[in-house]
Amino acid sequence: MNAPMNFEKGDLPGQTRERLVVIGNGMAGCRAVEEILARDPERFDVTIFGAEPRVNYNRIMLSPVLAGEKTFDEIVINTQEWYEENSITLISGDKVDHIDREAMTVIAASGRVEPYDKLLIATGSDPFIIPVPGKDLEGVVTFRDLDDVDKMLDAAGKGGNAVVIGGGLLGLEAAHGLSLRGMKVTVIHLMPTLMERQLDEAAGWLLKTELERRGQTILTGANTKEILGEGGKVAGVLLEDGTEIPADIVVMAVGIRPATGLAKTAGLDVERGIMVDDHMVTSDPAILSVGECVQHRGMCYGLVAPLWEMCRALADFVTESPSGYEGSITSTKLKVSGIDVFSAGDFSGGEGCEDIVMRDAARGVYKRVIVKENKVLGAVLYGDTADGSWYFDLMKKGDDVSDIREALIFGQAFASGGALADPNAAVAALSDDAEICGCNGVSKGTVVKCIEGGAHSLDAVRGTCKASASCGSCTGLVESLLALTLGGEVESGPKTMCKCTSFTHDDVRKHIVEKQLREMPQIMQELHWTTPDGCASCRPALNYYLLCAWPGEYEDDQKSRFVNERMHANIQKDGTYSVVPRMWGGLTNPTELRAIADVVEKYDAPMVKVTGGQRLDIFGIKKEDLPAVWADLNAAGMVSGHAYGKSLRTVKTCVGSEWCRFGTQDSTGLGVKIERMTWGSWMPHKFKIAVSGCPRNCAEATIKDFGVVCVDSGYELHIAGNGGIKVRATDLLCKVETEEEALDVCAAFIQLYREEAHYLERTAPWVERVGLDYVKDKLAEEGAIETYAARFRYSQQFMQDDPWAKRAAGERKDLHAHIATVRPLEMEKA
Amino acid sequence: MIGDWLDIGPISQIEAGTARTLPVEGGEEIAVFHTMRNEFFALLNKCPHKQGPLSQGIVHGDVVTCPLHNWNISLRNGKALGDDEGCVPTIPLKVDAGRIYLLRSAVVGGGVTAPEQNRAAA
Ligand code: SRM
Ligand SMILES: Cc1cc2nc3c(=O)[nH]c(=O)nc-3n(C[C@H](O)[C@H](O)[C@H](O)COP(=O)(O)OP(=O)(O)OC[C@H]3O[C@@H](n4cnc5c(N)ncnc54)[C@H](O)[C@@H]3O)c2cc1C
Ligand code: SF4
Ligand code: FES
Repeated sequence: MNAPMNFEKGDLPGQTRERLVVIGNGMAGCRAVEEILARDPERFDVTIFGAEPRVNYNRIMLSPVLAGEKTFDEIVINTQEWYEENSITLISGDKVDHIDREAMTVIAASGRVEPYDKLLIATGSDPFIIPVPGKDLEGVVTFRDLDDVDKMLDAAGKGGNAVVIGGGLLGLEAAHGLSLRGMKVTVIHLMPTLMERQLDEAAGWLLKTELERRGQTILTGANTKEILGEGGKVAGVLLEDGTEIPADIVVMAVGIRPATGLAKTAGLDVERGIMVDDHMVTSDPAILSVGECVQHRGMCYGLVAPLWEMCRALADFVTESPSGYEGSITSTKLKVSGIDVFSAGDFSGGEGCEDIVMRDAARGVYKRVIVKENKVLGAVLYGDTADGSWYFDLMKKGDDVSDIREALIFGQAFASGGALADPNAAVAALSDDAEICGCNGVSKGTVVKCIEGGAHSLDAVRGTCKASASCGSCTGLVESLLALTLGGEVESGPKTMCKCTSFTHDDVRKHIVEKQLREMPQIMQELHWTTPDGCASCRPALNYYLLCAWPGEYEDDQKSRFVNERMHANIQKDGTYSVVPRMWGGLTNPTELRAIADVVEKYDAPMVKVTGGQRLDIFGIKKEDLPAVWADLNAAGMVSGHAYGKSLRTVKTCVGSEWCRFGTQDSTGLGVKIERMTWGSWMPHKFKIAVSGCPRNCAEATIKDFGVVCVDSGYELHIAGNGGIKVRATDLLCKVETEEEALDVCAAFIQLYREEAHYLERTAPWVERVGLDYVKDKLAEEGAIETYAARFRYSQQFMQDDPWAKRAAGERKDLHAHIATVRPLEMEKA
Repeated sequence: MIGDWLDIGPISQIEAGTARTLPVEGGEEIAVFHTMRNEFFALLNKCPHKQGPLSQGIVHGDVVTCPLHNWNISLRNGKALGDDEGCVPTIPLKVDAGRIYLLRSAVVGGGVTAPEQNRAAA
């Protein structure tokens, strides 16, 4: 085709309008044209190619269309009339296949050739399809344009099951729509938390809980292995772990990739996106590009706000008043009705970053603002997003927030309240009948009276009038009242668990049980943790407390465990591991010894040693060899000795009445029985037991956490001994007559310790803290031994499976295998 | 042509909050980290204190605590935090379409040392 024949600016050649061809009739392409028209409507003859057979519409509103909240007509941005009024030639439903830069033409699929003076590439992105078997089955759809929505609506009309792969923004909006349309929806997400690029763990957990409450099934940490089909149609999804989920439709929403194919074959500079300068010009000065397809200053964007700024810069440039685009800071909102989520900026936290966290469990609110060098760096809000734009604004402007730092997290209304920006002043201004603690209905007047009455610490207030004793969200208010009433006289209470919380270990344990808190993010939300995801000291503690409180239900969090407990072996100074198999009561036999000898030889272990705990320790095993070593030991009947854990370690025994001329009871046999009963149990700290056959006490039972000293008339049961750093001899707990009683008391004592001690507190310091009488009284209560022992045995049902066997069978291979090996020679070939 | 970036596989290979190892024949073993906040980093698997395997430490934020004597090492620049002094070389890493790439020259060359350290040494 030749140059257009409409010489509106007069017939002089050279006065003809420049020909602007736009590839992509989407949000950025049309916006760019609008911006140019607004500046200089006469400048260009505009032709727009669109692969989609329709006018330009608001892509982000496809979610409400899917959800039934909007119709397509309502989301059209530019109607057919708009194109006509502005003399724009719209060639829709015709995809541009080729750009001929030399001839300065574009060639479309229909064969149409269109010359250009300026070309604008605005091809957007393509949905990313994960390369799993079954990806091409009928019923596997993406979520990008109206056709996709139509396919989903079609499927939804028939009801049934929908699986959405991808728990990001798009995936969740698709899931929400399909679920409103009556489908049973499962979301499969690879990462441990939803929307991990926009939300932190705490907000991701709240979101997941809410979606589950609405009936969706959310599988996090789930890796898709295959899409299953039947007669060419999708039938289900198979996960890496073997789970099969039925599906009538599968929506892939795992991400997008800039659509750069055209530009690449045309020889333009392309990295992840089409490379553009600050005026949106590509490596060819006649070709511009805007939208999701571009890469500007190293960034590719997937949201509309940056596109508007790009289009502004582009229009300024082509109309000869260049302004330049400098990149965008973006914010995100999830368009799921009734769920308020906002995130902006950087929340990964780095050196010098400070988190300000506020949680309100009753209202389901979580707010976190990240501050660095007195500037807001990012924000994550859940449940109350009213201040999102304010934080975003502070962030974009880079305002110094030191003056409002204290009140920042309470939002704009509070922080800009002048004198009220000082929380103490704000609290002082409250009237006496203002409610401070919602959970317990305590007014300011009551709290003040209680402080004046002698409660001079947070803990004392909690103990007296109950303010802040429940969820703790008013802790800050109570602290302010303490400061206001007492001036500098505030006493610090008992030590809190860690800097993330105002609660003590005891409080946290009590709340876990009373409030039925079953997951770590739930504890952090309900008890108002002041950090987003805890720290290296509270995470292992919470993991243990949950494991103890909900045996068989709580799923152990490996990330919250120290290396030895994660690897089920003791790390050594050279990075290898030592392996200690259990030898029940210190007994062994030729099969076990042979297996150990074989392992030592087979894996070239540099040393094998008898430990102080009456068993053998094999040293110098590489992490890659551990599963094979364990498999060999398992084959000889041996299981993990837990020499690495906050758990039951060893039960030492002496020879006892079987052989020893002084032995009064079968101490060896009892030791074995005790070890069989107690092995595998996780504890607040390590736990050691010994059984001696007579008061000569060769097994050193009186420096163990639980010690049995056999006497003629029965068994003396001792508790809270400790060798180690600070030696403490045991206290006598009681004397019993039979082995059964000894076993029950042992189980009951362990359970009491498991339920009440603080994490990393051995029995000796625990008993010294609570008092021997407390422990004795507790266990002397009617039926106490039976109840505690029963709880221990119940929990042991779940604990007594050998962690080594699971690993030897292939569980968590990733912990033992290298990710890959690099051979420099192969690299050259690659 | 040899690409500058070495593809070491999908991000799903490393559970968030953990690290995995990448031995380099004739070179230094590399630890590749995936943090709880879904960032990825690569460092030599060698604590600046006494060569502890950093890949086995607890990861919190963008820090790993060495499993041997609890030094805290920044995953961003390999520097020891707090009162401890030392630095472990890092390997430039990028994630693209769900796969992890390491800068080839740094993989073979034993990593890159934090610029501040260079300056201090100069
Ligand atoms: C292997 C062994 C030494 C030996 O060769 O005999 C040993 C080795 C270690 N002991 Fe021990 N202890 C060993 C028996 C003991 C004993 C003796 C006993 O159990 O009868 C004690 C004193 C008794 C006690 O615990 O009350 C003992 C008191 C300690 C302590 C101090 C505990 C305390 O409460 O004060 C520590 C440090 C700690 O736990 O924080 C410790 C810590 C360690 C660690 C785990 C150090 C560490 O953190 O890496 C050592 C691991 C070495 C390894 O990689 O295997 N080890 N350790 C013994 C293994 C016993 C077993 O078969 O499981
Ligand atoms: C369901 C959904 C919800 C979203 N929600 C939000 C949100 O809440 N907030 C937000 O900021 N962003 C959201 N987005 C992202 C937003 O829609 C995009 O950032 C925006 O549409 C990108 O504009 P674009 O012009 O670059 O690409 P597009 O709008 O995709 O336009 C590109 C157009 O080019 C066409 N095209 C491609 N190749 C060719 C070719 N060779 N020839 C001719 N035509 C071609 C395509 O068919 C397409 O119509 C959402 C996206 C989706 C899919
Ligand atoms: S006594 Fe000290 S050196 Fe010896 S094994 Fe125990 S912790 Fe290690
Ligand atoms: S070797 Fe890492 S802290 Fe000592």
